[in-house]
Amino acid sequence: MEDYSTVISGFGGQGVILAGKILARTGMETGFQVTWLPSYGPEMRGGTANCTAIISSELIGSPIVDNPSALIAMNPPSLDKFKGTVGEDGLIVVNTSLVDEPEERDNVTVAGVPLNEIAQEIGNQKAINMVALGAWAKFTEGIDLEDVVRGMELTLTDMGKERFIESNGEALKRGYGYIK
Amino acid sequence: MGEMQLMRGNEAIAESAIRAGCKNYFAYPITPQAELLQWMAVHMPEVEGGTFLQAESEIGAINMVYGAASAGERTMTSSSSPGISLKQEGISYLAGANLPAVIVNIMRGGPGLGNIQPAQGDYFQATKGGGHGDYHTITLAPSTVPEAAQLTYDAFDLADKYRTPVTVLADGMIGQMMEPVELPERKDREEIPQKPWATTGAQGRKGNVIKSFALGGEDLKAMNLARFERYEEIKKKEVRSEEVNVEGSEVVIAAFGTVARIVKSTIRLAQEDGLKIGLFRPITVWPFPGEQLNELSKRVDTVLTVEMNSGQMVEDVRLSVKSGTETPFYGEVGGVVPTPGGILEEVKQYV
Amino acid sequence: MSDKATSVKKKDMTKVVGKPDSMNDTHFSYCPGCHHGIINRLIGEAIDELGIQEETIGTAPVGCSVFLYKWFDIDVVQPPHGRVSAVATGIKRARPDKTVFAYQGDGDFASIGTNNSVHAANRGENITVFFINNTLYGMTGGEMAPTTLIGQKTTTTPGGRKAKDFGYPIKMSEMLARLDGPTYITRQAVYDVPRIKSAKEAIVKGFRNQIEGKGYSLIEILSACPINWGLDPVEAVERIKDEVEAVYPLGDIIDRG
Repeated sequence: MEDYSTVISGFGGQGVILAGKILARTGMETGFQVTWLPSYGPEMRGGTANCTAIISSELIGSPIVDNPSALIAMNPPSLDKFKGTVGEDGLIVVNTSLVDEPEERDNVTVAGVPLNEIAQEIGNQKAINMVALGAWAKFTEGIDLEDVVRGMELTLTDMGKERFIESNGEALKRGYGYIK
Repeated sequence: MGEMQLMRGNEAIAESAIRAGCKNYFAYPITPQAELLQWMAVHMPEVEGGTFLQAESEIGAINMVYGAASAGERTMTSSSSPGISLKQEGISYLAGANLPAVIVNIMRGGPGLGNIQPAQGDYFQATKGGGHGDYHTITLAPSTVPEAAQLTYDAFDLADKYRTPVTVLADGMIGQMMEPVELPERKDREEIPQKPWATTGAQGRKGNVIKSFALGGEDLKAMNLARFERYEEIKKKEVRSEEVNVEGSEVVIAAFGTVARIVKSTIRLAQEDGLKIGLFRPITVWPFPGEQLNELSKRVDTVLTVEMNSGQMVEDVRLSVKSGTETPFYGEVGGVVPTPGGILEEVKQYV
Repeated sequence: MSDKATSVKKKDMTKVVGKPDSMNDTHFSYCPGCHHGIINRLIGEAIDELGIQEETIGTAPVGCSVFLYKWFDIDVVQPPHGRVSAVATGIKRARPDKTVFAYQGDGDFASIGTNNSVHAANRGENITVFFINNTLYGMTGGEMAPTTLIGQKTTTTPGGRKAKDFGYPIKMSEMLARLDGPTYITRQAVYDVPRIKSAKEAIVKGFRNQIEGKGYSLIEILSACPINWGLDPVEAVERIKDEVEAVYPLGDIIDRG
């Protein structure tokens, strides 16, 4: 498979950090090398938060990449900040509930997903991060939706938040299904 | 060994310390090591007789460590650069009183308040003593989260074996990032060495005294010479380093910690460009693996040192390599982390 | 000299007074008229009476009492200047079944170590602190301490301490008594027999509180420093009575045991 280096970025409270942890856990449980690195400190307090999750079949040197293979942009500043960094043949999942879909770039796939509306439809406004991960999983090879669901279940179980597993699973599926 | 867990560096270090038999942990909050403190707050009370205490200051914390170490228990404190500066007095006293203890430094940008991004500006402080007087601390520089866990575990054994403070020198990147870790086994109480010198109450023996003080010049000289004899033994037995892709490489990069792992990505990038470069990674930065680097330098033209500072370890590199070796330096400062591509551009000047 | 006096043999003599068992025969190196020796001895007597010689871990930093480890036959840790309450905390947390005391001067406890002193008290650490207040830095040469009285001449206040420049004598015991953490705070002196008896009782009580798990005890003891005060030992005692006690009155400040 390809290496997946994914930057997830959004407002504090949009579940950016958790989404990254779930990606890393998914990769680990599926038998890959993984790293997860958050932005930290004052940035986390109300501003834009981001993290980088890398899933690779090889040993991971740098947990920071110059050109990620994917960007999940949950709000406008995130798209502005990172859209130019996405590498060749990369993917941008963008939250069209809050952001205008960017122009297509050569060799970059843009997937606009109304994260907030979909999350609202299933009655869990906090699950926008899961809708985004579901959409992301549509484009990956070697990692299936079921792997992400399992990564989510294990992560939430470790956190003692089993009660959110069902609705988060639904959100993942809705995000995955939105991409045609 | 246990199962694979996805953990932050800070958390893996904390849990590994508990498994190494650390029973007394004292610290003060500071970014980017706060998760270490938070993990200890939850899990140290689960240890029988375990103490978690958030101290009034870094100075308070290191002196509580001094007290617990005197009493013969495995003990640790952790902080980040500015807090480690505050601890230096206590570290000097620990070294002077021959007390085993573990100090974790999750380095950030400096000097002064600096910032909270990863940096390696405390290399001099960690490897050349740091506080007043004539001493060293064994200093271990992990490059990954699993290695941070393992070196923390080993740090307690080294501290007890040589009766010396041991520093685990990591940075904000290793502290904050998550990687899969297989944590070491929990040590039984019986595996931890007895400490007949400790102040545990003078039951059936004469009183023990823990001090770094000797008023007479000859007495203090003897104490210092004995310490430096131990340092010689440490230099013989405990030096650790890693070499990657060095055979046939004309250029070798010397780097420790976070930078070293980034260089591993650079090596792959270079291969795509048809270039062969190697990595020399000190794992103990004190004692510095000078003999190992000297041997390696006989087979290469250039040793490029890359650090997240303005050039600190490069001094040890230059003292170690064979005469005539080119020893350029590339540094990123201010909490900026060098990228694999940035390092490759630098290397290309020398290939 | 009469033959009778010289003919008394050693085996005929009965020892009626001696040093406490928890102390040894090493001579004190304190200055003439200094009260540290009396206080050290009272601590030794208290340790004997409570039967805790093998259970006690003492801490004493640099200062006039830097050789405390020589006088006592107990385990002793020498902390950095000022950090004594923090080091004692570390020992006590590691060995909660042992009796831990801190022996600190006024510069140590009330100046450079204030942060550690206040927070050990506020946590109600189950330790016993002896705070020796002689209103200046004795060992380094008689400099001003935070406890120095207004108008008192020291080597760093040659014109006498002025509040405008150097603030006021700090009242640590009264300050700490405002906290909820401490169990017992008292101020004592050792210049005559009644006060020595009172100080001894306070020291025993401080240890007993710890043994019974009652928490933090602070025994402040006013001490004479004739050498640095420029007085003879008798005059130094008179100064405590007339001047020092006026600012630092004797007696229990809190007793929540």
